[in-house]
Amino acid sequence: MDLILEGIRQAIHLLFTLDPEVLGITALSLKVSGSATLISLCIGISSGTAVALNQFPGKRLVISLINTGMGLPPVVVGLLVTIFLWRNGPLGSLEILYTPTAIIIAQAVIATPIITGISMAAIQHLPRELRLQILALGATRLQMVWILIREARLPLLAAVMAGFGGVISEVGASIMVGGNIKGYTRVLTTATVMETSKGNFEVALALGIILLILAFLINAILTHIQQRERPR
Amino acid sequence: MRIDGERILAANGLMVRRGGVQVLDIPSLAIEQGKCLTLIGPNGAGKSTLLLALACLIKPSTGTLAFKGQRLASDHDLFAYRRRVAMVFQEPLLFDTTVFENIAAGLKLRKVKHAEVERRVREYAQQFGIMHLLQRSARKVSGGEAQRTSLARAFSTQPEIIFLDEPFSSLDPPTRDSLIEDLHRILHETQTTAVMATHDREEALRLSDDMAVMHTGSIVQIGSPEEIMNHPANDFVAAFIGMETVIPGMVSSSERGVLTVSASGRDILAVGEAAPGEEVCLCIRPENVTLSTAVADRTSARNVFAASILRIIPKGLYYKIEMDCGFFLVAYVTRQSLDDLSLHAAQMVTASFKATAVHVILK
Repeated sequence: MDLILEGIRQAIHLLFTLDPEVLGITALSLKVSGSATLISLCIGISSGTAVALNQFPGKRLVISLINTGMGLPPVVVGLLVTIFLWRNGPLGSLEILYTPTAIIIAQAVIATPIITGISMAAIQHLPRELRLQILALGATRLQMVWILIREARLPLLAAVMAGFGGVISEVGASIMVGGNIKGYTRVLTTATVMETSKGNFEVALALGIILLILAFLINAILTHIQQRERPR
Repeated sequence: MRIDGERILAANGLMVRRGGVQVLDIPSLAIEQGKCLTLIGPNGAGKSTLLLALACLIKPSTGTLAFKGQRLASDHDLFAYRRRVAMVFQEPLLFDTTVFENIAAGLKLRKVKHAEVERRVREYAQQFGIMHLLQRSARKVSGGEAQRTSLARAFSTQPEIIFLDEPFSSLDPPTRDSLIEDLHRILHETQTTAVMATHDREEALRLSDDMAVMHTGSIVQIGSPEEIMNHPANDFVAAFIGMETVIPGMVSSSERGVLTVSASGRDILAVGEAAPGEEVCLCIRPENVTLSTAVADRTSARNVFAASILRIIPKGLYYKIEMDCGFFLVAYVTRQSLDDLSLHAAQMVTASFKATAVHVILK
């Protein structure tokens, strides 16, 4: 019990004194996961919308692939990205393995199917006639897609949150492609793993608390969105 | 087909197939400038499909449309055409923003200048009586107000034709009545051509200059409301527009324009042209049937039958009386008549109607 209490006391101390190392790790985590989410957002919303709005042979297969992708195990993604970026792998010449860029790529691969899947569902969930109504108002096809995305903005925001929540708390892929290099590719989750294995529970707890706060914030925003309006 | 006014839209050989099934087959249809045409028919008759095809929102399997004499051929033609017409659906389908922004939506898509958007939104909000709602969220207005917003949104682009797909059917009666009245006035004032689908004949009668009765994807009759109500082309039209009594029979004699038709063992006199031996359908409007409890006096009505009352059904302002007089006959009476004659089920009455009130349809 003492171990936990002492750990929490020290963790709070580290947080309130704005320990530079902890801050650096947090900033890198936000930057890496934020960039990955942003990339996934661009790919996910556009491909999700495209799948939702178009009829094509094999659409069912594509949808089930996307849904499977929503549960991609991070370690598998980590493994595949590592192979691709390995010195003599297909993209080895880029020399980005064990850099923040590599983590961003791996996290984007994890988040993209999540955002694609939720976006697709959000757009499909809009009434079918809404599309006809928008066209009837004189919209071009591009204008129509834009209005549909705007109409689905709340579930799309939820998609972003889910994507971000998924990658910021992910550890397997980050440690595999980033290597947990101090001051360079060390993020909240990889640092927590390492500090725990070294027995530095106070630092691990401080990092864990930050992760919890982030998770709480994400969920609070999501709940707020879900509970807002929708009377009709 | 009648050609009175100037044609604004003409459809030719319009067919829509869905999954191998033909859901729409319109050899030709002309929409006249400034008129309101209602498409009336039961659910699944193809009314909505026809509207969507006329509004170029679905691609017909075959057929062409010509707007003001110009055939709509290329994608660009279709897009340009869509910007000159508008459509309102059964559901208001409002966007998740304010009422103002909803009404402005079509104008903003056309990149209309800000001051003009403001002016037109106010103008049409005023017309539809929703000025006080402009800043309200479209999610927080009532069903009637939402449909008013949807109509204002369509009218604000000043369309040359407006297509209305059962715009009142999800509203309660008082809301619907006031909205129909406003729509009627605005259509009249703006001289906008309208095509409206409905399954409610009262709604159709109140708004239309012309009616087209639809059944299983085709137009079975088109004409003025009077023509259709008084001269239904076949038994389906007769039954659908409210000729509650439709009796099949055979002409037994024809003399100086008066037919004697034998139906269920009774002889009914009707005015019409048919040869003896021909099979016909007789249609009688319930409002043309009179009831009495006294033994029939001399009357100008040529058809007088003893009838037993099967059922009395309240219809709000009047009562519907279903009777058996050898054949099935329906009459409407007022509450006053019901009380005066103290009508009740199983009672014997005398039902009469004029030979001129019987509409004859050749089979």
